[in-house]
Amino acid sequence: MAGLVLSGIEKKFGAVVAVSSVDLVLPNGKFVCFLGPSGCGKTTLLRIIAGLEMPTSGSVVLDGEDITGLPAHKRNFGMVFQSFALFPHLSVADNIAYGLRIRGTDRKRQRQRVAELLELVRLPDVGERRIDQLSGGQRQRVAIARALALDPKLFLLDEPLSALDAKLREAMQIELKLLQQRLGITTILVTHDQREAMTMADLAVVMGANRVQQVGPPLEIYRRPANRFVADFIGTSNLLTARVAGPGQVAVGDRSLAASAMPAGLDRGRDVTLSVRPEDVHVLPADAKAENLLPGKVVFLRDVGANVETYLDCAGVTVISVATPKERPDLHQGDRVAVQLPAAACVVLAE
Amino acid sequence: MSTRARPQSLRPHLLLAYPALMLGILFLVPFGIMLTISFFHRIEGGFYEPAFDFANYERFVQAYFLRALLFSLFIAALAAAICVATGFPFTFLLSRFRRRTQVLWLVFLMSVLSLSEVIIGFGWSVLLSRTAGLSHLMVALGLMSEPQSWTPGFAAVLCGLCYIAFPYTVLVLYPPLSRLDPELTEAARTLGASPLRTFFTVVVPARRGAILAALILAFVFTLGSYLLPQILGRPQEWTLSVLITDQAIYNSNLPFAAALAVFLMIVSLALIALTLRLGRSGTAERPEPGGAR
Repeated sequence: MAGLVLSGIEKKFGAVVAVSSVDLVLPNGKFVCFLGPSGCGKTTLLRIIAGLEMPTSGSVVLDGEDITGLPAHKRNFGMVFQSFALFPHLSVADNIAYGLRIRGTDRKRQRQRVAELLELVRLPDVGERRIDQLSGGQRQRVAIARALALDPKLFLLDEPLSALDAKLREAMQIELKLLQQRLGITTILVTHDQREAMTMADLAVVMGANRVQQVGPPLEIYRRPANRFVADFIGTSNLLTARVAGPGQVAVGDRSLAASAMPAGLDRGRDVTLSVRPEDVHVLPADAKAENLLPGKVVFLRDVGANVETYLDCAGVTVISVATPKERPDLHQGDRVAVQLPAAACVVLAE
Repeated sequence: MSTRARPQSLRPHLLLAYPALMLGILFLVPFGIMLTISFFHRIEGGFYEPAFDFANYERFVQAYFLRALLFSLFIAALAAAICVATGFPFTFLLSRFRRRTQVLWLVFLMSVLSLSEVIIGFGWSVLLSRTAGLSHLMVALGLMSEPQSWTPGFAAVLCGLCYIAFPYTVLVLYPPLSRLDPELTEAARTLGASPLRTFFTVVVPARRGAILAALILAFVFTLGSYLLPQILGRPQEWTLSVLITDQAIYNSNLPFAAALAVFLMIVSLALIALTLRLGRSGTAERPEPGGAR
């Protein structure tokens, strides 16, 4: 099987479990994001792939070859660290050429490759500079160039953008994605920023509580979260307590709602969570006739210009609706309304 | 403007006055006295009288004292080199251990500092002796055929000097090494460097400054030792510091002792300046090879 296959990965530091029961298949050429809150084990998993950490159990297989016990320096994976980890005693060019020099590549080829890489990261004139003469964004690019110098089989990035300011970060996200598309290199990036993952990832691996919670294209994860954790972590979500009322039907209070996404084999009467994204919640006049309605009351309106957030009270549960000012109905605090949760937007979570 | 700024800028100067005064009283004044005495004239069988002659410095230019000077510089440099060569890898490994282990080791090393040089000297002279020393252990292990005495001798002096300078070397190297970002060595590993190669291509060059500082400290520290060479060495291993003590205390020739001390200080300051210069130009030249043009 071409690609990276992790099976049954577990890592313990003493009695503390950092990651457990990770099974993942990452196809070649994809941009993968490990996404999760801090302390969820995403960085540990990346370090296991890099060979900087040995898993307590489980195996790492790349293109059919078991590399679980292979030390980091024999793997040829390029890695960009959170602190960039550029060598302070070497110039920019020598930093990039470090791996080539370790391999004994001849001087002329080294110089050629350094020039190529500096061109690639759009920093053609800084080769002679010392590291402390570079800005944060430039250091970032040099770290990327250094990691790519040896044409690595995997390109690993550990929260590489967290040290940059917001504007630069957004620009680097796009640049990194374009770079990856151009080189076609399998890339794994660790981040806690879901927007970053949405921008770059072909495949997102959502991690929480030291496990993999869901794997899939980011939009699919956004639309169909697999569980309460994912629904809550990725974007904002309205989470309502509900009961299974039949196939494709759930009951919220005394109302029955149709839900398009519902796991199979749930018993009638079982407690479930209903997840609906705020932009899918429509606010209609109280006497409207439509499918999937809940009676509600407007509690608060937040108009921030680009969109309007309406806080609704539906039988004691707060439901948030987001709309653009154009599609916003004329509402006032205290109005009685009908809240529509379209069946296509209702995702039933089993736990 | 300047009149308004004056009273404000006086305060920090006042704060500095106390340390400056203490430095003056405890360091500059005694040094001035020593420098003055070094030009005085000694009275045979008595003390000394004020004078200004270079006789003391002239007397120094004899084979005997020059040989002692060269030997002192040589053994201090060798001891410093051994201390840093062993202390640097040791401290690097120590800084990678758990916090508790680090603290235990540092406390243990510090406790060595609480021993006086005399006790250390006699301790080593027992350990290296034929009657009760380490050679008995070697015989018991079958590594030697009969016990042997290693003291007094060159190796014994070197051993003692390294022993007293090692804790200081570790203390100087520990802060910069424990602050070294572990991601630096990890980056080198992902770029294909083995742990040993990483140590020599990243850890050592990234901490050149600390290595230089430790070398200088160990060198100056061992250069000033006057007890260990007497306890563990034969007369040919006596360093200039021993001869200075000898002149000052046993021959009561203070002017000559002062002249020797001033000379030793000038030579070692010159050597330190040279080392620092070499170290600085070394770092400045490093980016040159392999640079892309």
